[in-house]
Formats: sequence, C-alpha cells, structure tokens
Amino acid sequence: MTSNVKEWVEVCDADEIEEEDVIRFDHRGRTFAVYRLEGDDYRATDGLCTHEQVHLADGLVMDGIIECPKHNGRFDICSGRAKGAPACVDLKTYPVRLEGGKVLLGLD
Amino acid sequence: MTATTHRRDYSLTGEEGKKAVANGLAGAQWYACPIPRKQMKELMARSDQPAIRDTILWFALILAAGALVVATWGTWWAVPALIVYGALYGGAADSRWHESGHGTAFRTRWMNDALYQVASFMVLRQPTVWRWSHSRHHTDTIIVGRDPEIAVPRPPDILGIFLNLAALKSGTKELAGVVRHAMGSLDPEVRTYVPESEQPKVVREARIWLAIWAGVGTLSLLLHSWLPLVLVGLPSFYGAWLYVFFGLTQHAGLAEDVLDHRLNSRTVYMNPVFRFLYWNMNYHVEHHMFPMVPYHALPKLHAAIKDRCPPAYPSTLAAYREIVPTLLRQRKDPGYHVKRELPPAVAAREAALMAGAAA
Repeated sequence: MTSNVKEWVEVCDADEIEEEDVIRFDHRGRTFAVYRLEGDDYRATDGLCTHEQVHLADGLVMDGIIECPKHNGRFDICSGRAKGAPACVDLKTYPVRLEGGKVLLGLD
Repeated sequence: MTATTHRRDYSLTGEEGKKAVANGLAGAQWYACPIPRKQMKELMARSDQPAIRDTILWFALILAAGALVVATWGTWWAVPALIVYGALYGGAADSRWHESGHGTAFRTRWMNDALYQVASFMVLRQPTVWRWSHSRHHTDTIIVGRDPEIAVPRPPDILGIFLNLAALKSGTKELAGVVRHAMGSLDPEVRTYVPESEQPKVVREARIWLAIWAGVGTLSLLLHSWLPLVLVGLPSFYGAWLYVFFGLTQHAGLAEDVLDHRLNSRTVYMNPVFRFLYWNMNYHVEHHMFPMVPYHALPKLHAAIKDRCPPAYPSTLAAYREIVPTLLRQRKDPGYHVKRELPPAVAAREAALMAGAAA
C-alpha cells in the first residue's frame, strides 16, 4: 500500500524495462523484481520465488504472470498471489511510480 | 582410481541428504551459460501450436495402433501391434508428462494441466507426487540424498534396469504407492518433498486412478477378455522400455554431486522419429540449465550454448557405447564415472573467473 511507503527509491529509467519484461533490482541487501506490463504499467514484487529462492528476474512475464525460471512457480504480478504448485506462498508486492522518466519503488 | 564397493545412501531421509545440505549442495547455485536477456525471452516464448499439432498426431498414432491391436487380437500379428501401441502409449507418455509438468508444452495453462493428468496416468506416475519429485530433481540434480529421480544409483542394479524395461520394479513400486495413498497414508519419502497443502491431492488422485483401473478390470471381466486391460493400464508396463531406453541417456554413468549440468547430463543428437517420441529431451543439458525453454526451442538453445558445453553425443548408439561399459564397471567400482570435458578455452576462461572470484 502506498500509504505505508517510507521511501521512494530510484530503480532505473522507464525505458530500460521492455513491455512484458522484468528486471532485478538490489537495494540494501534486499532483492526485488520490477516489471513493466502493458504500456506504462510498472509493478514490483519481492525478487525471489517463494518456492526455492530463485531470482524471478530470469523468468518469463506472460499475461500479467511471472513464471519462475527454475520450476515454473507462477505468481500474479499485480497481487503477488501464487497461482499453483510448486509456488504455494504469495509474493509481497510494492508500489511503483514514474517520475521524470524514472521508475521509483516504494519501500515500507 | 581406487576401486570401492561402498554403496551410498540414496534415500532422501538418510545421512547423505544431511551431508549434501551441510556441504552446500542442496538448493545450490548452478552454472548457467550466459545468454542475453532478449535472446532468452525469445527462447522461453510459449506457443500452443507446436504442442497441439504434436499431441493430435500422438493420439492419432495411439488410436491407429490400438485399432491394429483390436483387429489382430488373437493372432501373432497382435504382438508387433502391441509393441508399437505400448511404445506410443506408455513410452512416449513420459516426455509428454515431463514437458507439460514443466508447463512449457503449451502457452495455455489448462492444456498443460490436462495433458499432464492424462500423460501421468499413461506413464504411471502419480501427478502431484511426481510434480514435486521432479521439481526436486531440478533443484538438486543427481545430488545423492536429495534427488529422488536418480535412475541409476551406484553400484548399478543391472537386473533392475532390465526389469524396468517392463516397469516391473518402478511400476510395481508406483502401484503400491497408489494403493497406499488411496488409503490415505503417505509414503515418508513423499512427505519430504510434497508440501502438506498438496498432500490431499495425492490421496484424491490415487483414488481416481484406482476407480479407473477397477472400471477397466470390470469391463475385462464382463467381456471375458484381457483386451480392455491390454489397451488401458497394462501399456504403462509393456511400453516402458521406450522411456527407459531414452531416459538412461540423460544422466547414467555421469558425475554425482556437481553443480554444473554440463558434467552430469548428456545432450545426444537423435533422429527426427526419436525426437518426436521424446519431445527433444535429448537436449538434456540445455533442458536442465534452462528448464523454462519449451521443447520445440531446445535445438535453438543448443545452438546458442554448445560452444561452452562438452561435445554432444553424435547418436544414441554413441551414448550407449559409453553408458554400457561405464555401468558394468561401476558394479565393481562405484566411484568410477564418466568425466565430461569442457572445451579447453571455456574451461580455462571459467577457471580464471573462479580464481578471480575467490581472490
């Protein structure tokens, strides 16, 4: 939730992420996955799959779903909801906003 | 190398598993060939079309072979018809089970799930149990005490391999598991890799399978004929030889406990018929390194990384020329294994990188 945001952190230029793609963003010992869906719909989740701690940024973004590159764990990017085995635990999501052509990630 | 007859503990609940965890071999970081993200996305792209085409063709061939079995039943001509039917039903189902289990056969999810359920039944692998077992196989490939799918533990059980050509060991074990699970009691090893939330599914699926087999068995009794069981159920046994034949090329005789799929998996060039039946799983190094690349894109992935890998085996025969003597030797010397050699320039570059990282 945006209301819980304590700081906004710059991730990258908006055009550094292609549509239907994801990048890895590491910040203060934490890792995040920052997505661009259709158009300027940017999203963010925790960066590691809840199944076996694999970086989701190496996975496949398809129809609003991120698929883990190792075991096909699938998550709804907008809600973080696990979509079935082997992913059983939801991902945490984070607010994202665009400002001056930059992607900003909201951290609590 | 000093010969040793010591047999390691391949169970998932024994000492080797604890050692693997302590040594950082469980859930470890594996080597992956560098591929630009754009190219990787193209390779991972999903499509329904190739798998729809191949699945229609597969079922058409099964139906045709099944019609031949029915037409020739009671004559010796039924024997070759059964060999073909069994290979298509029980043998080729293995690769369909595998690819749809990864969710990469089709773009459309329900198609993957439907094929997974059907192919699991045909190849006699409990869907939920094997989904999780295979997930572990990918996490800890050929790590002793962690990987539940090590096909040839050392020293090799040669008799067991021959028995499994008709699934006489693997299939009977699976049948016993189905009965146990249908009664609501889960195997302790299965509990190590199937999460609690998924365990009710295991029981439900086992009960459905028993109901199907009971139905087919009843039909056989009513018709006073083995034919229904020969067409549904038994092909999982008499057709198993095909997936054993293909499957042994994957890892048999190669290194255990290494974190590099180039050293514990084989890529084997196969002819188009084999590649159809096996859905390109002959590109096994590539599949393990990048499991989300669909079967139809594996030849392209192979082309992209082959310069960083040991040379592919030129044929299935060439692979077996290595596998057979290796397994025979491992009967007396379980420590022996085939050491795959990386291309010299790649090995030197990676050694330099490792040294740099360690410095």
